[in-house]
Amino acid sequence: MADKKIRILIAKPGLDGHDRGAKVIARTLRDAGYEVIYTGLRQSPEQIVAAAISEDVNAIGISVLSGAHGYLFPRIIELLKEQNASDILLFGGGIIPDDDIPGLKEAGVAEIFTPGAPLADITNFLRSRYAS
Amino acid sequence: MPHNTVDFQELLVRGQSGDKRAIGRMISHIETYGLTENLIMRQLWAHTGHAVIVGITGAPGAGKSTLTDKMVKYWISKGYRVGVIAVDPSSPFTGGAILGDRVRMNDLALIKEVYIRSMSTRGQLGGLSLACSGAVSILDACGYDIVLIETVGVGQSEVAIMNVADLVLVITVPGLGDEIQAIKAGVLEIGDVFAVNKKDLPGADRTSRELQMMLDMNPNMGERQPPVLMVSAEKNDGVGDLCDSIMENYGCMKESDELLTRRNRRLREELLAYMQDRVYRRVLAPVIEADSFDDNINGFLSHSRNPYAWAEEIVSQIEEKIK
Ligand SMILES: Nc1nc2c(ncn2[C@@H]2O[C@H](COP(=O)(O)OP(=O)(O)O)[C@@H](O)[C@H]2O)c(=O)[nH]1
Ligand SMILES: [Mg+2]
Repeated sequence: MADKKIRILIAKPGLDGHDRGAKVIARTLRDAGYEVIYTGLRQSPEQIVAAAISEDVNAIGISVLSGAHGYLFPRIIELLKEQNASDILLFGGGIIPDDDIPGLKEAGVAEIFTPGAPLADITNFLRSRYAS
Repeated sequence: MPHNTVDFQELLVRGQSGDKRAIGRMISHIETYGLTENLIMRQLWAHTGHAVIVGITGAPGAGKSTLTDKMVKYWISKGYRVGVIAVDPSSPFTGGAILGDRVRMNDLALIKEVYIRSMSTRGQLGGLSLACSGAVSILDACGYDIVLIETVGVGQSEVAIMNVADLVLVITVPGLGDEIQAIKAGVLEIGDVFAVNKKDLPGADRTSRELQMMLDMNPNMGERQPPVLMVSAEKNDGVGDLCDSIMENYGCMKESDELLTRRNRRLREELLAYMQDRVYRRVLAPVIEADSFDDNINGFLSHSRNPYAWAEEIVSQIEEKIK
């Protein structure tokens, strides 16, 4: 009877670029059986967190190409904390220098996937987090 | 089964004070466990019955989400609180889904008076319309004046979901060929208001005239004369008139008892489904799962006893008891 689906919000924040990467991730997750709430381009951290809360997602995945990762990730973590929603996991992908990754993880980002990473890494990561 | 330790009453109180996290939790709960766990509907009932429930259906790409965004903005400007349930199909193979309607509604995310929830069909249509009607009840109980349900108009499932609505807006667009292929059989009959979207594109007038003609000629329409309006969701043109027309229609339905008739039919169906589930779990399943059933089954399988005679006997006993 219980039909617990893992729900994941995918967004491409920032004003730059396209959402091809985010769409690829969305399709990969759908094919792995997840419910993906796809919110598209140009989201502010505030919009992302508000949508995540209304949609009651388990995790947020964002794609960042702009170099604004140093702001976007910590800001989302902060907003989640403010709204008592720190149980929502944040992961991300995009063009993020290796040197910046430890700092982001320290700030509370669960995982970062850089462009070279195979898509299976993302599904494996989620599977390990949500093994039922 | 991982049982629900959720305090639904507490979530409801939080939801009624505008806590969207609590609303999100309640909807997830009914999606996961159904409506009958925790006597949820019983707790909600006293708080429901106020919202105007509007279904929006039409072909993929017709502009339902874009229009929803604009309609919500219009109603918010009039002081209403609006809830949106956007339903998309899930993959029959993996059960996964991409729910993308929010892409057109991003401006709404931060508005306090709006709640938006994306739902997937999760493979089972009957289950979906129950979950959908549960979500509507939750939004109604949390004080949303209008609840919009967006769903793709392609089959039986949508007709079932539309049964959850008080009234249905059907959307079509120009440029789909000589006949209005977007309007499938059966969809004409469920529409209370029709909109030709993308009136900024060529052919909208003609589509509108053709649609009007199809409605006039349809023998199943009876006395009803549903309005046909032209809008452009993208250019935000005609949306206010459409919203007003929906509310006017709702007002007429209320006065003419049509609303009552529809809610009557809906409640009967919902109660029947609810009771089936409760009786199944509380009365029937225990009979089949009881130790004594093992004794019976050997007799059945060796054909020394008739299982159907036994089943009739059990049902008669139950019937006797509730007389
Ligand atoms: N030209 C024009 N395009 C529109 C209009 N409304 C929506 N669209 C476009 O139609 C496409 C599908 O819109 P969407 O709202 O996602 O449709 P849905 O699948 O019915 O929800 C998008 O590219 C919209 O920008 C309109 O009034 N005019
Ligand atoms: Mg849509």
